[in-house]
Amino acid sequence: MSAMGALFKREIQLSVRVGGGALMGVLFFLIVVTVFPFAVGPDLNLLARLGPAVLWIGALLATLLGLDRLYQADQDDGSLDLLLLTDHPLELIVLIKCTAQWVATGLPLVLAAPLLSLFLNLEPVGIAAVTATLLVGTPALTLIGSVGAALTVILRRGGLLLSILILPLTIPILIFGVSASVGAVTEPAPFTTPFYILCAISLLMLIIGPIASAAALRTAQE
Amino acid sequence: MQLIVNGLSCIRGGRPVLENVSFTLEQGKALVVTGPNGIGKSSLLRTLAGLVHANAGTVKLEGGDEELSVGQQAHYFGHADAIKPALTLKENLDFWQSFYGSPTRTAYEALLEVDLGDLIDMPAAYLSAGQRRRLSLSRLLVCHRPLWLLDEPTSALDAASERKLEILMAEHLEKGGLIIAATHAPLGLLNPDRLELGREQIADPFADDELFEQDQLQESQQ
Repeated sequence: MSAMGALFKREIQLSVRVGGGALMGVLFFLIVVTVFPFAVGPDLNLLARLGPAVLWIGALLATLLGLDRLYQADQDDGSLDLLLLTDHPLELIVLIKCTAQWVATGLPLVLAAPLLSLFLNLEPVGIAAVTATLLVGTPALTLIGSVGAALTVILRRGGLLLSILILPLTIPILIFGVSASVGAVTEPAPFTTPFYILCAISLLMLIIGPIASAAALRTAQE
Repeated sequence: MQLIVNGLSCIRGGRPVLENVSFTLEQGKALVVTGPNGIGKSSLLRTLAGLVHANAGTVKLEGGDEELSVGQQAHYFGHADAIKPALTLKENLDFWQSFYGSPTRTAYEALLEVDLGDLIDMPAAYLSAGQRRRLSLSRLLVCHRPLWLLDEPTSALDAASERKLEILMAEHLEKGGLIIAATHAPLGLLNPDRLELGREQIADPFADDELFEQDQLQESQQ
């Protein structure tokens, strides 16, 4: 098996086994979205209007949950040192780790979104729109989070600092994700414009994320 | 193949931990690095591996792969075990074999060498400290790298395992490998080179005279 294939397989195995965080994110997502209608009350129209925003905030927080251990687990047990002692570019290693992290924690959120949308009284078009924006947007969340995880890799309580560092940077993703979802069901607001910008942000993060994370990890080794 | 280290210096936290360390290690030879705690034995190994940035000096593996750095041709066996408790022994080893390439033994053969053969499908979480250490050691056996950097290799090992380690090191040297070990324990190596790290990086006055002269000779060769 190729080196990167082996790394991907290992990351997936680690997240689905005992102590991994694969299910935690989606359970947290479920809880947040379920709790929300209790707070807002039984106004179905209000719920439908807030729905996309609730789903997006839930997904954002759920993504952040598992990110603090993305590099710290490898740093603590010495694996990170050994991962660095190869001619595989660190940027590629980071990208593979982020992909595995997204498959294990981000993808379940996307898959759970249609079901949870029903709790929030979204109409079918709205459900499709929220799911599509989450599919495009959650990789960007993971990649931005990866930079934060790399920066806080040597800090004991890094998780909290990670959230504080990362949340402001995710605001554009939140804005365009929610406005595309709302645009799909509300005239005359457009769906495609914010959706394309969301795609652009994700593609941009696909480049910046690995490079910035790798640079942060190298600095942390000193 | 020989490892040439010239004028290596390293500053960490504003304090010099290595000052002008020079030595040459011939193919099939081992170098034992000794010295009191905190003198920079681990830092020396990490600097040689390239995990810590050297402020001055060069490290070169002559006759090695020109494309690769010294660290990429070295197995680093540090204090951390780099073991994932959720994975089985076989999965732990298979990953490093695929990731590092140039396989030599299968995971099972390597585990037999360290007397863990019958635990191959057990999650590493169930291992004792000494067994973890041996599993970590078997990582050096599944893929070939000419230089072994061993940091306190005998810690947590029982007498029988120490014997085993001696045999494995002797085999590696016989095949033309190089070993640098930082240790307080006698390693049972046949006539190794010695490097005593001290305040002024002088050779150990208590080491036997012939070895002492050998060191002096090598240092003057630089």
